Amino acid sequence: MAGGAPILSLRDLRVTFPTPAGPARAVRGVDLDVFAGESVAVVGESGSGKSVTMLATLGLLPQAQVSGSVKWGNTELVGANVDTLRSVRGRRISMVFQDPMTSLNPVLTVGKQMTLVMKAHQPRLGKKELRAKAVDLLHQVAIPQAGRRIDAYPHELSGGMRQRVMIAMAITNDPEVLIADEPTTALDVTVQAQIMELLRNLREEKNLALVLITHDLGVVAGNADRVAVMYAGRVVERAPVLDVFARPQHPYTTALLECLPRLDLRKEVVNSIGGTPPNPANLPSGCPFAPRCPRAVDLCSAQEPVLVRMGATDVACSVVSDGATAGVSV
Amino acid sequence: MIAPPRRVRRGRPEWLRGPALIGVIAIVVWVLIALTIPLWTPYDPLASVAPRLQDPGWPHLMGTDQLGRDVFTRTLWGSRTSLPVAFVVILASVIIGTVIGAVAGYRGGWVDAVLMRFVDMTMAFPPILLAMAITASLGPGVRNALIAMVLVWWPIYARLLRAQVIAVKQREYVESAEAIGVKRFTILRRYILPMAYTPVLVNATMDFGQVVLLTASLSFIGLGARPPSPEWGAMITEGATQFYSWWIATAPGLAIVSVVLAFNYLGDALRDSFDVKGVV
Repeated sequence: MAGGAPILSLRDLRVTFPTPAGPARAVRGVDLDVFAGESVAVVGESGSGKSVTMLATLGLLPQAQVSGSVKWGNTELVGANVDTLRSVRGRRISMVFQDPMTSLNPVLTVGKQMTLVMKAHQPRLGKKELRAKAVDLLHQVAIPQAGRRIDAYPHELSGGMRQRVMIAMAITNDPEVLIADEPTTALDVTVQAQIMELLRNLREEKNLALVLITHDLGVVAGNADRVAVMYAGRVVERAPVLDVFARPQHPYTTALLECLPRLDLRKEVVNSIGGTPPNPANLPSGCPFAPRCPRAVDLCSAQEPVLVRMGATDVACSVVSDGATAGVSV
Repeated sequence: MIAPPRRVRRGRPEWLRGPALIGVIAIVVWVLIALTIPLWTPYDPLASVAPRLQDPGWPHLMGTDQLGRDVFTRTLWGSRTSLPVAFVVILASVIIGTVIGAVAGYRGGWVDAVLMRFVDMTMAFPPILLAMAITASLGPGVRNALIAMVLVWWPIYARLLRAQVIAVKQREYVESAEAIGVKRFTILRRYILPMAYTPVLVNATMDFGQVVLLTASLSFIGLGARPPSPEWGAMITEGATQFYSWWIATAPGLAIVSVVLAFNYLGDALRDSFDVKGVV
């Protein structure tokens, strides 16, 4: 973990969607720091709020109520106007989406799309420069025959190739933070490994900070410096990657790890966590994980725990942090 | 296995068959007539060239009217009013509708609400009634009728395009483009409109016939082209007073029918070909 001030800093970020069934509180007070060049994994089940947190960071949720603070250096992004947000998007903080099959414009060639992204932040470049730069970027993301592929339409490329193009577009304007929202979920396993390796190389070459949103702890293990585990819109555990795997604190993290099939243990059945995540429009009182938690006690459904520091780990669990310190607000 | 080389399609596109082909031929013929009629006109459309109220026959194919003018010649000349007027009305409506619909759909919020209430207001009236009212207040004449028709016609396209834009803007590639900072206008123009435009084009083709009909209707009730100019609606008005000389109204009537049908056939084929329902 790098020292100094974080380049991206989320404080008490809250996102609420108005729904017919009442307000759905998708993100409920997330604190997260991203330091230059590091890789942070945000882990959680579908619906835990990990993607929404990152979309809110870039101001991409016009229909939601967002409060709290997202700071890029000294620039506040929550409630910032469109021009401020656009000057940050792609240039400072960029994003790669989950499904490369639907994330490219089907009616424009790869090169044309990349050109439009470049022009967004560097309007003065000439036609030849734009094209040369686009080819160079395709080289950087290891696309063979980049000079030819630049004139291809997205439907002419495979899924892995398209994800490389997505990454090339995301790093076009040399951002300092790249948010990758499940970048490998839609790809098969060998391609997954290639894409993760590409992201790792880019991180080293460009000193790019990576925020990796994933539900795949296998991907986390090899690619993250720090991990934030999210459940029901909050961070329930935040720790260096080794601590998460070696000494998981929160019962939810433990349960997630037990769901991983392992080669080193003889086990016939893969575990799963019983029950389903709570409905964000109708959260239980107290700890939202309590109904599914094997270690839940009475206190859990009475009070929602806050993050408490235990060694290198921040954990939000009344039982783990030993009843006595639980419920202390930060 | 080696895939067979993709067959290069030549010649006639697949949708250009049956009624659509007839429609296209009719449209081409009418456009040619409208463009070239002054060069080969059988008679002067405004002059008395024969005894009045002659039956159809040779050399006056559709007879003559109460002033002795050749009805067939006048009908052909009528295309020089109807087709350009309809073209301008459709073009102007599509342009206005596109701008308003795209802005409303993409911006959303109060901009959308205000623009769409305006659209609702216009569309609450039957188009012919509203066009009549506007033309009457501006004063009769082809130019005013044209303005009135544009005013009643653009909301259709605005509403249509807005719905498409809203559907397309929720696609992931649009969100993705926003996330990496592509300019909003670029996103609207290069990412959303190409995927949203097909229904507007299909509808505009179909509406061409409707506008020809509306032009004739306004002229029929005396709000569009005025006699003695050879315009289909105005000619039908004149023919209506000559009940026993059926050909005076029949010839322009057939002209209207052929144009309206032609564009409907073409529009139908385009809609099926583009599979507009499957666009969203």
